[in-house]
Amino acid sequence: MNREQLGEISRKYGALIVLILMVVINAIVTPNFLHINTMWNILIQAFSVIVISMGMTLVIATGGIDISVGSTMALASIIFAKLLIEYEMSFGVSLLAALFASCIFGAFNGILIGVFDFQPIVASLILMISGRGIAQQFNNGVVISFYGNKYSAIGTYRIGGVVPIQIVFILLVVLAAAFIVKKTNFGLYVQAIGDNKTASKLMGLRTTLVLVGIYVLCAFLAGFAASLETLRMCSADPNNIGLNVELDCIAAVAIGGTSMSGGRAVVWGTLVGALVMQLITTMMNMNNIFYAYALVIKSVIIIIALYLQKEKES
Amino acid sequence: MLKNKLKIGGSWIAILVLIVVPSIIYGDKFFSTTNAFNVLRQMSMIGLISIGMTCVILTAGIDLSVGATVALAAVLSAMLTEKSVFLAIFVPVLAGIFIGAVNGFIIARLKIVPFIATLAVQMAVRGIAYIITDIKSISVSEHAASFAILGRGYLYGIPIPVLILALVLVIMGFVCQRTSFGRSLYAIGGNEDAAKMMGIKVARNKAIAYVLTGAFSGLAGVILCSRLGAGQPLSGTGWEMDAVAAVAIGGTLLSGGVGGVWKTLSGVLITALIGNIINLQGNVNTYVQQIVMGAIVLVVIIIQRRTQMKES
Amino acid sequence: MGNEYILEMKGISKSFSSVKVLHEVDFRIKKGEVHALMGENGAGKSTLIKILTGIYSRDGGTILFDGKEIHPADALEAQKAGISTIYQEISLIGQLSVAENIYIGREIKKHGAIDWKAINEKSRELLAGLGLDIDVTKVLSSYGTAIQQMVAIARSILIDAKLVIMDEATSSLDDDEVKILFNIIRKLKAQGISVLFISHRLPEIFEIADSLTVLKDGSLVGEYRTADLTRKELVSKMIGHDAENIVEVKRTYRKVSGEEYLKVSDIQSGIKLKGLNLTIHRGEIVGLAGLLGAGRTELARVIFGIDRKDKGEIWIDGKPVEFKLPAHAIGHGLAFCSEDRKVEGIIPNLTIAENISIANMKEVSRFGVIHHAKQRAVAKEYIEKIRIKTTGTDQKIKNLSGGNQQKVILARWLSMKPDFIILDEPTRGIDVGAKKEIEDLIREISAEGISVLLISSEFEELIRNCDRVEVLRDGKNAGCLRGEEITENNIMSLIATGKVETGGGQSE
Repeated sequence: MNREQLGEISRKYGALIVLILMVVINAIVTPNFLHINTMWNILIQAFSVIVISMGMTLVIATGGIDISVGSTMALASIIFAKLLIEYEMSFGVSLLAALFASCIFGAFNGILIGVFDFQPIVASLILMISGRGIAQQFNNGVVISFYGNKYSAIGTYRIGGVVPIQIVFILLVVLAAAFIVKKTNFGLYVQAIGDNKTASKLMGLRTTLVLVGIYVLCAFLAGFAASLETLRMCSADPNNIGLNVELDCIAAVAIGGTSMSGGRAVVWGTLVGALVMQLITTMMNMNNIFYAYALVIKSVIIIIALYLQKEKES
Repeated sequence: MLKNKLKIGGSWIAILVLIVVPSIIYGDKFFSTTNAFNVLRQMSMIGLISIGMTCVILTAGIDLSVGATVALAAVLSAMLTEKSVFLAIFVPVLAGIFIGAVNGFIIARLKIVPFIATLAVQMAVRGIAYIITDIKSISVSEHAASFAILGRGYLYGIPIPVLILALVLVIMGFVCQRTSFGRSLYAIGGNEDAAKMMGIKVARNKAIAYVLTGAFSGLAGVILCSRLGAGQPLSGTGWEMDAVAAVAIGGTLLSGGVGGVWKTLSGVLITALIGNIINLQGNVNTYVQQIVMGAIVLVVIIIQRRTQMKES
Repeated sequence: MGNEYILEMKGISKSFSSVKVLHEVDFRIKKGEVHALMGENGAGKSTLIKILTGIYSRDGGTILFDGKEIHPADALEAQKAGISTIYQEISLIGQLSVAENIYIGREIKKHGAIDWKAINEKSRELLAGLGLDIDVTKVLSSYGTAIQQMVAIARSILIDAKLVIMDEATSSLDDDEVKILFNIIRKLKAQGISVLFISHRLPEIFEIADSLTVLKDGSLVGEYRTADLTRKELVSKMIGHDAENIVEVKRTYRKVSGEEYLKVSDIQSGIKLKGLNLTIHRGEIVGLAGLLGAGRTELARVIFGIDRKDKGEIWIDGKPVEFKLPAHAIGHGLAFCSEDRKVEGIIPNLTIAENISIANMKEVSRFGVIHHAKQRAVAKEYIEKIRIKTTGTDQKIKNLSGGNQQKVILARWLSMKPDFIILDEPTRGIDVGAKKEIEDLIREISAEGISVLLISSEFEELIRNCDRVEVLRDGKNAGCLRGEEITENNIMSLIATGKVETGGGQSE
């Protein structure tokens, strides 16, 4: 009984315990770790992964996966910069266009998966391959930079001179995701479909609509993250933005405790997962340890986290 | 029966078109021994990896760690050329086997989904490649002149990497078609529970599929190192998806149980030919290649689903 | 030699979480005979088979197979001992060729390589021996279920099975395919292989089985020579009581005067439904009786828009309707409580409150935002009303007992205020107390004007609750009983022979 409870706790709060451990260790060994700017930096670095992994959490909760988010980022980034800088369109129009284009990618995935019943990994593989090419096509693979431009300060803007704008959006997106999962019909349907698709269909849920919606949402978040990253970097690099981001997001979701086969979406777990991954990297950086060690440690943590969850199922 | 044969022929007809049409348009520039060997040499490494990937995908798995394995094998190879050419060839392959064994263990014994398991292993392997090189390209030792033969040499007028690919292809074609192990891959991917009931050692054979993939990726890394004269820790990035795409285009189902290494050859050939043609075109940029590739995956999968539906 | 029995199971007991499902059952099969295992749902047939094939472990008893005591730990071990099972869902590999499916795991080799020529040749011979002449190089899935089953049988022969278990093997076969299968069974018999045959189709039992064993409620009823029994005697042993001591269930019959609500005419679908008719009035409880596979669940699924019909029409309130999705049926005020609670009912990881309200979120939400207090209030209302035993509205449904899960699913549908609810085996696998409560609830809701279609294998349940009972037999209407006519004897007669002995009760 006691061991069982211990196991239950480690499964439920395993990711959180690791996060706390990481913070404590860092507080001791890493100089300047407890400085507020360090915290802001960690969050800014993790911005894209946190935002997109919120969408990925919902996708995985339906029993799916989306490996095309990196390509979606490239598309949004280049469209946003191209319209804003080269065509000198208004900020709002450029952003809307970028987000809309992302949603089209999401709809493509969602329709293949929800309507035509493609395996999610196969469906999103198509845009993972093509999507970046499409993005590169927009500006012939050339990076659009706008340092010193009137927009170049937005991405590094700090509210009241203190709180980076990214933090606000992280907060908004995480809260919105938690709200969707906990408080909306849509969130309930998402989890029901991942938990038992047959029963969901039989009780009259519009599973197709929900699936399409969820992939659109995930792509929307990727497009949004890409737009803000573009503003922060003052450049749109379709060749490199979002490379491998899908893997980081999926890993964050997995560590966070959302089952890869679908079901309960653990939003805060994903946040913790993304932070754990970023903390490992930051810890290496700040202690002048070669960041490649972070990759090795991350991989071990992913395997352990998944192994612990596995026991729950049996 | 006849229809069945025609269906398999589909991708080979595509290849024929991809050879005949450019030959007419570009003439000798395309239709020459030099260019043919170019295409074949280009595809030899992805080809090797795709053969392993085919085995893994037949069991309804996936291996995302192959690109990282190529990188690690390449840098190991470059480093070991100081010592001996023999070690520079065999140690990286052994490393690939070890990585495959780790994948196999995590997937078959710890029962973690292949996607996540190999994703994690990919990170670790890439990390190790960075650590041992400090993310610097490692040059092949000047004393190891013979090492270059592997990637650049010819035997009977045929590039050696192409010969290696052909050899592995023939062996693996035989293994998949004519050995109990090979057939068990199909059975596992088709219906794992039924395969277990038929007395097939599911966990062991799954693991072997990953070990083979690791070995071929290691070999691909050695060839890459030999061709470039250096081992680069950043090489092989994204190769896993190129391999998965080649397997899918060839006609092996990502859901497992249907396909084969010869089909994958056609997928690799299609990919390589399209790349080659786009290069020859010159004024068309290379991004088109990716877009075309994705479109081809889509078309192939739609065709697969239609034929599946007709069968059932 | 010596022993004439290939299989002797003695005193087999099995419990699942303190519920005893097998009470010291004895079961034996002679060498080279076709033996049928009979019993309705919950009789313990499948548990017994699963113990024999190593899927479940037994709590007590011995199994002697071919003279030796065996303790199969898994299905593979049982198979190695010589027990081969042919399931309803094919447990072969559809993507591989017919020949390969027969030989995989024991391939014929030549110089270390698989000898396909020999395998194809031998497979062809083996199947020809069973009277089957097909192209063995084609993939298995290109053939129909019947042929796939025969391939599975061929594999059994190859792996030297001494006992072949056919679990509902005929349920998806048409008459011609059944004939071919029976020929094969006779050939197996001629080779000295025993066959354990399980089927809900009585005529098949009388055609093919030499002897049979009847189980009821986890206990042995008896072992009989098939030739010594009449059809009705068999049915009464399976589901009824002996004709002498039928307990008359007392109830008062209502005369339902509501207008016609649902009308279904000449529904045909696949090989299961061969032209069924049904009418239900407002507030009426209509029972659907028949053996498994008679078309009860299949009819319900067609009405609810889950499965397609090939022919026939459905009217609601006199207007023809066509449901392509369950959502359409629900929109017309229909509800369907499936017999397979686990797969088609519960959403295991959601709470009770969520499971109750999920199909009807507009009641507990505004602009798509859930009103949790309201959601819990609805759940609480039903927890009290139909006495769901739970630690609270936020308990996960998967942690409830079967009976309480069923009540939650019922609450889900009732909260949608349907006009018509289909209940498919609503009390299966549920303890006596909960069962009575569910039955009370059924009568209560019908009094409120909801029409009910009650599918049940339990006669008493039908007799206690139904205003009318429609008996199905082999995908067709066998007859309709109303009021005082609804007796165990009459239902049994209709199921067994399609006729009522004491006149009356004509089919509509």
